[in-house]
Amino acid sequence: MDGGEKGVRLALVGFVSLIALVPMLRLLWEGVAPAGSPDLSIVIETWTRSATLRALRNTLVTGIGGTLLALILGTGFALLVALTDIRAKAALVFSFILPLVIAPQVTAFAWMQAFGPNSPLLGALGLAPPLGTRNPLVGPGGIILLLGLHHAPLVFLAVRAGLRLVPRDLVEAAQAAGAAPMTILRTVILPLLGPALAAGTGLSFVSAIGNFGIPALLGIPGGYTVLVTLVYQRLAGFGPRVLPEVAAIGLGLAALAIIGLAVQRWRIRRDDVRVVSLAATTPGWRLGTWRPVVEASVWVFMGLILVLPFAALIATSIVPAIGVELTWERMTFSHYAYVLWDYAAARRAFVNSFVLAGLAAAVLMMAAVPLAVLADWRRSRAIGFLAIAAEFPYALPGVVLAIAMILVLLKPLPIINLSLYNTVWIIFAAYLARFLTLAWRPVSAGLAQVDRSLEEAAQGAGASFIFRLRTVIYPLLAPAAVAGAIIVFLTAFNELTVSALLWSSGAETLGVVLFSLDQSGESTGAAAIAVLTVIATLALMGVGAALGRRLPQGVLPWRP
Amino acid sequence: MATVSLATVSRRFAAGSAAVDAVDLDVRHGEFLAVLGPSGSGKTTLLRLVAGFERPDAGRITIGDRIVADGPLFVPPEARRIGMVFQSYALWPHMDVRRNVGYPLAVQGITGAAYADRVAKALNAVGLTGYETRRPAELSGGQRQRVALARCLVMEPAVVLLDEPLANLDVHLRALLQAEFTAFHRATGATMIYVTHDQTEALGLADRVAVMDQGRIVQLASPEELYRAPLTPMVARFVGRGAVIPAIVHTVHNGRADVEVLGRRAQLRVAPDQATGAALVCLRPEDLAVGTNGPVARVARKAFQGSHVAIEARLDGAVLPMHLGPDQAAALGDTVGIDIRDGWVIPARD
Ligand SMILES: Nc1ncnc2c1ncn2[C@@H]1O[C@H](COP(=O)(O)OP(=O)(O)O)[C@@H](O)[C@H]1O
Ligand SMILES: [Mg+2]
Repeated sequence: MDGGEKGVRLALVGFVSLIALVPMLRLLWEGVAPAGSPDLSIVIETWTRSATLRALRNTLVTGIGGTLLALILGTGFALLVALTDIRAKAALVFSFILPLVIAPQVTAFAWMQAFGPNSPLLGALGLAPPLGTRNPLVGPGGIILLLGLHHAPLVFLAVRAGLRLVPRDLVEAAQAAGAAPMTILRTVILPLLGPALAAGTGLSFVSAIGNFGIPALLGIPGGYTVLVTLVYQRLAGFGPRVLPEVAAIGLGLAALAIIGLAVQRWRIRRDDVRVVSLAATTPGWRLGTWRPVVEASVWVFMGLILVLPFAALIATSIVPAIGVELTWERMTFSHYAYVLWDYAAARRAFVNSFVLAGLAAAVLMMAAVPLAVLADWRRSRAIGFLAIAAEFPYALPGVVLAIAMILVLLKPLPIINLSLYNTVWIIFAAYLARFLTLAWRPVSAGLAQVDRSLEEAAQGAGASFIFRLRTVIYPLLAPAAVAGAIIVFLTAFNELTVSALLWSSGAETLGVVLFSLDQSGESTGAAAIAVLTVIATLALMGVGAALGRRLPQGVLPWRP
Repeated sequence: MATVSLATVSRRFAAGSAAVDAVDLDVRHGEFLAVLGPSGSGKTTLLRLVAGFERPDAGRITIGDRIVADGPLFVPPEARRIGMVFQSYALWPHMDVRRNVGYPLAVQGITGAAYADRVAKALNAVGLTGYETRRPAELSGGQRQRVALARCLVMEPAVVLLDEPLANLDVHLRALLQAEFTAFHRATGATMIYVTHDQTEALGLADRVAVMDQGRIVQLASPEELYRAPLTPMVARFVGRGAVIPAIVHTVHNGRADVEVLGRRAQLRVAPDQATGAALVCLRPEDLAVGTNGPVARVARKAFQGSHVAIEARLDGAVLPMHLGPDQAAALGDTVGIDIRDGWVIPARD
């Protein structure tokens, strides 16, 4: 190991410890010893309060409900696409995955527009609920529905990955034994999918209980509070004074997520029936005369979950005012002009979100490559440990990380005496922590496909570690690193959960502005912002698609 | 140019026996040494120890007059100035041929005319002038290995390590590139360590051959000696596919032994200090001939080889490889008499 490598290793250990490990430990410390000495009274008091318990119950109801819906939709769709001869699979998969890529607050807002009393679309058809009534999506039912739709792609991806591990010969042996498709599904395929189902279920449960955008838009108006929105309301209402209490709530939420992940792990371990095979099963079972019917229903479903809400979103963004009927003559782009030029907070938010997401993507992309090399090729224990530590800020609900960041950065930084609290940089620090693992994973996957002798040849030629990084390792891993950067950018750009707790005046993000416009009833401006973020998201997905075949398989979820 | 020497060098991977087990090896200045052994015998690990990609758990490695590994002392590969040719060629896919070959120069900060000149010379030496702007993906397997060779050449290394450089090539290209390795060795005078599991490569190319088995060097000798006088049954079987057969040594005299083998008496070559009593002997096809008064064996396999017919004759569980000339005929299941003309009493057991 040369000096350069030592320096890089040291710098990375410091960086990852500071952004990922320290805040989480600080939060844990706050929970067990808020005043510096062991004291569980605040945790106990918080968790015996009826408001907390009610929020816990609501979190479980919507989390489990949403997960079940996601499980049914995601599994059904994966089986349909992988096993039958349904047509236009690529288009179907893309449409089905899309809700995962679009920010939950945007989706929730779009659905509200589509089904509310002011729905320009339903209004035009004369189907809108009467004015003055509450939006039918507000409340647990709507939250479960949208959580289910938002997370169904997670289950789909897990099950599809599981199906790729089901060897063709196992299915063909059952076929040769005379089993009908439904029998094979029940007796061979589903039992082999156990771990994949567990993985998808665990992921979507943890993601659902940590979701902020959906319960914020659909829960707060009806007074239906989950743990995440409870934290938000407390902090927004009372400020850092309630930190010990929200830290206790955050720890409870983290515990819930960890239980979810542990159950998932245990279930996967228990019967890991993975079988190695070269050819995955693609039986192409014929739907026969049912095919047109099945295809039509699937596309109607896609229309319902994609076209309808987003058409309503666009409609809201171009009506002159809420409640006005939309016609060709009345159509206006003034709300776009408003959010892009006139409304200062929105204008700032565009800049902030672009810069924060771009910087986070760039920094994490640069860090991920040497991190992956040191963890996977050098087998550095410290970095391997930090790879696990870096999973937590992402796997645990975003509010948990946000609380941890406030705890660490509320006081000015020691030595340099610089305060990041109430600036965009606290959001930036949180993004680095939260999305590090998103940048790291694709690079790790890419590294697994690189022949190590490519680095060794450079080493043999006399190149130092830094020189090798620059001339060999970065260029070789560039596609994977860029894929990671795109995922980081997309996720950060659409993010609300973390910034909802960390923003301050002048440090707004797009998610925050959308949320506050919605809360203050300015739906048209919110719609314009939502449309613009969706356009930016789709454009970036296009860039990812253009990277095409140079990426390791499975790095970009929307690519087959 | 330099010597390479290993003193009781070991490398043990977690949970397993040592991949390289207390190896002593002295490679002479400018020598072409082949390391020959079955897959998994530790050849690659040995090479990587010399290159510096692995760190020995024990022992000392010296290159020239510099100790590169000894206890806490460890010189990293980038500071060893060793040329390495990989089985996978290890060409960087994002660089063209010129940049691949010129990489060691770029590392040293050499640019401009000196860079262009040395790259051109190296490419010329391997016959790839005109391919400068091609990407590795646009080259054939043989051309890729030549680029790797040129990259090694441009460094003007004192020691060159090659790990099964021909294993991914077809038979025709192998013969061609073998000739090129010999030329490379002659042109540079570098000390070369060439790892292979193919005995014809090892015997054909090297000045000396080290045979490895289970992490140890079991014999280090010239190709002729290795073939004629294998030290252990493993070497006898692995090199030249000799038959190893139990025998009893009665007397030893003047490099010849009177041996009872396959129920007959025969005069075989022995080491001078060979003890009498039970032993193993190595019989090769050229030691055996079809005779009239020898032991009788049955023809179990038969393969036409052009100049001769190779047969396998079986007798009391022993399998004897033999060659039949064009005028000799035998069908499967026939019996033939065997005449033992020569052979070697193996000094050691495995
Ligand atoms: N990086 C490694 N980790 C663990 N075991 C290894 C590693 N490299 C080699 N080995 C083991 O060491 C032994 C020798 O391997 P190797 O040197 O590659 O043999 P060869 O090149 O002769 O085929 C094998 O048993 C192999 O499994
Ligand atoms: Mg090898």
